[in-house]
This record gives sequence, C-alpha cells and structure tokens, in this order.
Amino acid sequence: MNNNHSKNNQAGCGLSRRSFLKVLGAGAAAAVAACAGKKSTDAAADDYKNQVEPPVGKMTYRTNPTTGDKVSLLGYGMMRLPTKEGTEDFDQDMINRQIDYALEHGVNYFDTSPVYCRGLSERCTGIALARHKDKRKDFFVATKLSNFSPDFQSAEGAKKMYHDSMSELQVDYLDYYLLHAIGGSMEEFDKRYVTNGIMDFLLAEREAGRIRNLGFSFHGRQDVFDEVLAMHDKYHWDFVQIELNWLDWNYANEINSGNVDASYLYAELQKKGIPAVIMEPLLGGRLANVPQYVVSELKQREPEKSIASWAFRYAGTPEGVLTVLSGMTYMEHLKDNLLSYCPLTPLTEEEQQLLDTKIAHQMMEEELIPCNACQYCMPCPYGIDIPAIFTHYNKMKTEGRLPSDKGSAEYRRQRREYLISLDRTIERDRQPDHCIKCGRCISEKHCPQSIRIPAEMDRISKFIEELKRDA
Amino acid sequence: MLRKIRITLATIFLLGLTFLFLDFTGTAHTWLGWMAKAQALEAVLALNVVVIIALVVVTLVFGRIYCSVICPLGILQDIFGWIGKKAKKNRYSYSKELKWLRYIVMGLFIIAIIAGIGVFFQLLAPYSAFGRIMSSIFQPLYMLGNNVLAGIAERADSYTFYSVDVWIKSLPVLIIAVVTLIALIILAWRNGRTYCNTICPVGTVLSLLARHSLLKIRFDADKCKNCSLCTKNCKASCIDFKTHTIDHSRCVVCGDCIKSCKFGALKYTSPTSHASGTSPSAPTDSSRRSFLLASALATTALAQKKLVDGGLAPIKAKQAPGRVTPLTPPGSLSASNMEKHCTGCQLCVTKCPNNVLRPSTDLTSLMQPVMSYEKGYCRPECTLCSEVCPAGAIKLIDKAEKSSIQIGHAIVTIGECISAQGRDECGNCERHCPVGAIEMVPSDPDDDLSPYVPAVNEAACIGCGACEYVCPVRPFSAIHVEGHEVHRKI
Repeated sequence: MNNNHSKNNQAGCGLSRRSFLKVLGAGAAAAVAACAGKKSTDAAADDYKNQVEPPVGKMTYRTNPTTGDKVSLLGYGMMRLPTKEGTEDFDQDMINRQIDYALEHGVNYFDTSPVYCRGLSERCTGIALARHKDKRKDFFVATKLSNFSPDFQSAEGAKKMYHDSMSELQVDYLDYYLLHAIGGSMEEFDKRYVTNGIMDFLLAEREAGRIRNLGFSFHGRQDVFDEVLAMHDKYHWDFVQIELNWLDWNYANEINSGNVDASYLYAELQKKGIPAVIMEPLLGGRLANVPQYVVSELKQREPEKSIASWAFRYAGTPEGVLTVLSGMTYMEHLKDNLLSYCPLTPLTEEEQQLLDTKIAHQMMEEELIPCNACQYCMPCPYGIDIPAIFTHYNKMKTEGRLPSDKGSAEYRRQRREYLISLDRTIERDRQPDHCIKCGRCISEKHCPQSIRIPAEMDRISKFIEELKRDA
Repeated sequence: MLRKIRITLATIFLLGLTFLFLDFTGTAHTWLGWMAKAQALEAVLALNVVVIIALVVVTLVFGRIYCSVICPLGILQDIFGWIGKKAKKNRYSYSKELKWLRYIVMGLFIIAIIAGIGVFFQLLAPYSAFGRIMSSIFQPLYMLGNNVLAGIAERADSYTFYSVDVWIKSLPVLIIAVVTLIALIILAWRNGRTYCNTICPVGTVLSLLARHSLLKIRFDADKCKNCSLCTKNCKASCIDFKTHTIDHSRCVVCGDCIKSCKFGALKYTSPTSHASGTSPSAPTDSSRRSFLLASALATTALAQKKLVDGGLAPIKAKQAPGRVTPLTPPGSLSASNMEKHCTGCQLCVTKCPNNVLRPSTDLTSLMQPVMSYEKGYCRPECTLCSEVCPAGAIKLIDKAEKSSIQIGHAIVTIGECISAQGRDECGNCERHCPVGAIEMVPSDPDDDLSPYVPAVNEAACIGCGACEYVCPVRPFSAIHVEGHEVHRKI
C-alpha cells in the first residue's frame, strides 16, 4: 500500500519531468535571442524543484475554538512508522529526520497511541520530539486511552496507561487526549470509561491543565456516536476524531453497515461547533491506488498533482476540520502531503462531488475489502498475515487482474499470476487456508472497518482453492 | 561416423534426462517422459513389453549401444572418462573379463528383485543412481538458480519465474548420491566403463545379447600394425590388440577405437559385409557442456521477509509425525508393489509440486518415495508422480480416480486439538477435507454448546493430508494420516 503510494508519486514525478522537458524544449526553441535561453532554463529548474520540494512557511492553519491553538492542517500520524530495511525494528534516525522536516515545514500536530506499532509508537515519537523540548509550546501531542485489554479497564490500569503515555512521550502535559475507538457499544463505553470512574479522572486532569483538550475517536455504530456526542453537555468534548475521505463521505455505511457516513458525522459535529480531527484521509493508501480510469480522470484535471493529493485536499477542504492525520512512512509521503497543504487550495464544490459522488460510486462497484492495513487485528495468534492478504486481493482486483472468467483468454495467465504473486507476498503458512476462523481478530482485537475478517478469509481461501484445483 | 552418431544421440538423451530430473514445473515429462520409460530395468519392472522387445532387438542388431546412448549413467561416465583422457592420453589398457563377478552380482540382483530387497538393487541400478545424483545434488542447485531468477523477475514485475522451496528431502539419500557420484568420477576418470562391465546388472544382461549381435566392431588383422592405440583408447578395456580380439560382451560400441586406428583396421560391420567407406573425419566436441551449468547458478536464495507494523506471530515449522505405516502415493497400489517395482530413481520426488514426496530413510524402503504433509498435502488436481513413474511402481491414474483411492486415513489426537480442548473454535480440517470425510461434532452428545471435535469417517477418508497440513497445532498436528499397506478403492 505504501509502495503504491510512492509509485503514484513517481508517476507524478515522471509526468512533471516530461512537462519540464517540454518547457525546456519550447524555451530553447523560442530563445533565439541571447541569454533568454539561460533564463528560462533556470525558471524551469525552479519549477521542477517546486513540484517536489514543499515551501517553508506556507502551511495552512486552523484555529481550535476552545484553546485558540493554531493547528497545522497536516497532522503527523505515528501509526505507520518506518522500519529498518529487512527488519521489524523501527528506524529512529529516519523518524527523527522526518519529524524535524515536518516541524520545519509547519506541521505541529503529532498523533499516537500506546498500542500503535507493536506498542513502540509513543516511545519513538517521544524520542524524536524530546529533541525539540525547548519549543514544547509550539507543537501539540495527541495520544489515546487505548484500554482495549481488560487489564487496563480498571481505574488503576487505565491511569497507569495514561501516566505511561506521558513518560513514554517525555512530556508533562498532553495537548489532545482521546478515548480510543468509541463506537462498538454503549456497554463497552461504560465499562471502559464510566463505571471505573476514569471519565471523572480525565475531567479533573483537564481541569488541572495536564490534558489541554479531551475528545474521542470514533469507528462504529451511529447510535453510539449519537449518544456519546450527546454527552457533550456533560463532558464538553473539545474535539472528535472521525474517519473522513471521499469514499466514506457517502458510502461508509454502504461499505459496511456497522459504519457511519462521514457526511453525517461531520454535520453532527458542526451542529455542536466541535472541531473534527480527520483520520484515514487516504483509506490506508487505497485512495492513492485507484483504478486506471480514475487516475486518467484526475490527471486530466491536475496532471502535475499526485492522486493522493486529491484525497488530502478533499479531507482538508471543510472549514470545520482542525487537522488531517496522515501516517507518513516515507519522506516522499511527507513531502507530497506538505505540497497539498502549503497552502491548501480548497476543492471546488464540483470537484468535491466528482470525488465523493461520481468516482466513489464507480469505486463502490468494485467491491473491495475495505481494509486499510491499520494492523489493529494483528498479530493473529495463528500467524495469518491478515492485512497482507487483503491488500494483495484488493490490489489484484483494482488492477483488474483477478481471475474470474474461466472462459476468457486471460484466465490462465491471471490464475498463474495470482498464485505466484500470493506466494511472493505471503509465506505459505500465513495464507488464508491456515485461518481457523477462531475470530480473535474481531473479538479480542478490533477492526475499525468492521470487516468480518474470518468470513472474508474463508471466502478468499475458497477462491484460491478453486484456482489451484483448476490446474 | 559411428562415433558422431553416438555422441549426438548420447547428448540428446543426457540433456533430456537431466532436464527431466531438474524440471520442477511438471511440464518436461510431457516431452521427455519417454526417455525414462525407455530405461531397461524400469521397463522390465513395469512389464513394458514394447520397450523390452525394442531394446532386445536393438541390442541384437547393434550391440550394447544402449549403454552408450540411452543409459544416462553410462553417458555421465563417458564425460568423466573424456576429462580423464584429456588429463592423460592413451590411458586405458586391456583386461580380462571378470565373468565370475559379473554373474554373481547379476545373480544377487535378480534374487534381490524377486525377494523384494529394494535397497540392494536400487543401489546398483544405473538409472536410479543417476536419478539420485540429479535429484539430490543437481535439482536443488537448479532450483536455487531458478530462485535467483525469480527474485529478479519479482523486481521486474514478471511472472516468468516463481520461487520454490529448496530443502534436503533425505540426508541419507543425499549422502548415497554424493558417494555414488564421487566413486563414479574416480572409476570413470581412471578406467572408463569399469562399473558398467563389472557391476551393472543391466550391462551384464545386455552383454549376453551383445555377444551375438549382428553388427560388431571387427578387426582386420591384415591392416593392423599392432600400434596398441585402440586398446589404449578403449574405455571398456575390451580390445586385445595383440590377439586382435574384441570382447563384445563389454564393448559399448562407442567408436573411439575406430577413430584411434590410423590404419583402418577396425570397422563396425556385419559378418557378411566387407568394409565399406570409413570417414575418419575430425570429431567435434559438441556435447560436453550439459549439466554443470546448474552449479554456476548456485547462490543463496533471496530472503523475503515481510514487514508489518502489527507484527506477525512466530510460527513453528511443522514436523512429521512418526507414521507407523508409511504413506505411499496414490497409484502405487500397496507397499509391496512399491517395494517390488520402485528402483528409487527419484523422478517422482523431483516432480512433486506440493513438497509431499521425499525418499524414504527407512531401511526396508530406503530411497523409495514416501509421503509426508508438513509442507503441503497431496492435492486433488495433481497426478504427476503417477504420470512420470517409469517402473510401474506408481501406476497411471487420473484425477477422478485419485479422489477415490484410499492411501491411508486420518486420526485425531483429541488431547492436542484446540477445538476439542475448548481453546478456540476451529474446524479447519473439516473445511479443507476434499472428500467431506470430517465433521465437527459436539464432544458431549447431549450438549450442543460443548467443544466440537473433528469426527473422521474412516471409510470416506482418502488420506490426502489436507487436514494434517492445515491443522493449526504445531509442530505436531492434532490430526494426522496413517498409511495403509494396501490401497483401496472407495
């Protein structure tokens, strides 16, 4: 998924290079007069640089109505940290470099959680940010009470998680603190936050200034959202984090009946004047890896902008959005996103509709598995590589390479390519046929997209079995 | 001329048979499978009358050309001998036939076949020895080379090559193959066809016919100047220049002597005909490169570990359960049929695409194929081993037939089963059983909510091992297949 993102960027670069050469060629042809040639070459080189190097000091900021924080429209999500090549170890040097670069270009919001990146995200973020301690007031740290495990649902357990976050992040106050992933059920909400008295504790912490903004992140059912949002009168939610992108705007509920359309969530927040923090603007990279006809349509309009940039401009356009979080694994992602927001050129109403209505409708017909590779389900106790399996399936599907029509001339080739690429991507013992449907990925863990993982595994397993039988 | 034809045919056969063993994609046998089926011993064991008659006729007409062009081990030795001759010219000498040794070995060999002592005849049989060398030494190298290409192909987004598992299927067989190869290199390098003319039982049987063949290498004593070059270049040590005699039981009709004789005193003729045209044209060295290519490709496989933020739970590799009765592939009819027919050539092992077949390490069935399901199971769409077997040890079956052949049956170890123990819901064995022989049933008949256990219908189970392969319990699966000594149709 990340690869695809960077591929798209490369495609973008390729295009701009070509147009650059065109400019160069035209310039040279026109420049019969002396020194005109040199001048246009310099200008073209600058143009070229500007297309990949975001400018400093141009970031678009939004104001938090409660605290008056000026928050950068691009927020750094620390959920998909880079690893050292060929290992599972996180690359702290790269993280430091990217955070420095982000700060330099005006990014001031950093979002993490105690459970991200095998529990190491807060530590990595803390190490990187501690190097900027002298400017602590200039950036905002967001983390979450991710008490999914019963061990952390007692008052002591939850408080421990809260205090641990501060020490891992090496800070003495948190700018934004979230109740993590609300939406499953009210019983769960009560169990995690109310009956154990944690909500009162957090309110006191906010009073004491150790939590500057208190809010929640939401994935799930509409009735739960409504009910928790109604508690605004009691708790005063300073912000709410929701999933918003051009596919989920109108289709989140259709993709999954357990989810709510972003248009509804955003409208409800607007009614109460609560700023929205946006997650999944790119749907885990899926909105950067779209079918070719969508690529053509978007590139015709903005030949020099990446496909991903459309998703970021879309998520950043509504005025009630405080910041848009992106898990930028690679420097290329960071630069490309900065280009989208330094400064933001809002989408026109017509452009918004093109994405969230016309193209989203076309994409819906593709019936992809709505996996964002967020890794919440992982690790599977039986070793299944769930996100890789879904990503592979989706990739083959969007690229139109899913063997389906047995009568077609393409079928044999597609079958071979599907099976070979499956083995290349996923070890045999981690493939869907080894899923035993124990359901721990959805009972003990949590899928924000409410994908029925065991059922989908079974379906893909049967699909693969059918391909193999058809030797 | 004779020599040129011999070298051309030998090259074709050696390359063909080598590729037949190296190929793991299951495609080569369509074109080259007949070369394995043309092997003498295997044809006899498979009662392949057409091949047997053809070989008898060919030998009665042409002498032991079988040993020079069809037998891959013979050709392999010629290559070693050729290198030996490069190192030292005119290195051979005449020796007397060791009749007693040849007949004793042949006698023991025949007794071993009849008595079903597989190990003995498999060790001596030439084509099996070749198969073992190819399958345990050269196929892994070939596969590693393929994996390098697959790594490159992956980077180029190409699907021309795909990666395959390379693993030592049996250490004893690898050791036997290495020892055989080294022994052959030394013997052939120094003395040419020693093995073929003293030990090889196929050579001995053919020599009985070759003594009476129509066409033979014959001496023209008038032209001979007793220079001894023919004797010194005879890899079969069968020409005595002093007495102008040739032992046709050992002559493999290679034609080297004809080429070495500067006076045209040796001719390949029938008893009646008088020497016709000879063509002492310079021989071309077209053959030799053949199989050493593979070793050049040997490099380490590209390690491909996926990076995932959520982390992957470690998985223990599966281990083979100790099967009381070994599993033999569908089509092999029974353990005794396998023992009687299999020459241990490993061709089936090199073809198995599911990593199921491997040579047995059990002494009574050493080197014969057995099945195990740690890396895959005997998939319903595959009948490759039955298609390639030249010796009738695995009879040809089709896909429909395969799903009705019971080679064993599954046994559940309740104490290990995660479902039965109530640790997790599972039922993966039930879901993957291709014949629907497994059903998950409540462990307490009166309580539908009690943990479910797999119930195997032994009468319907065919022993394919799908259940054992997909069982999540590691390293020893909670359901495993026990073999049947005699296969049954169900």
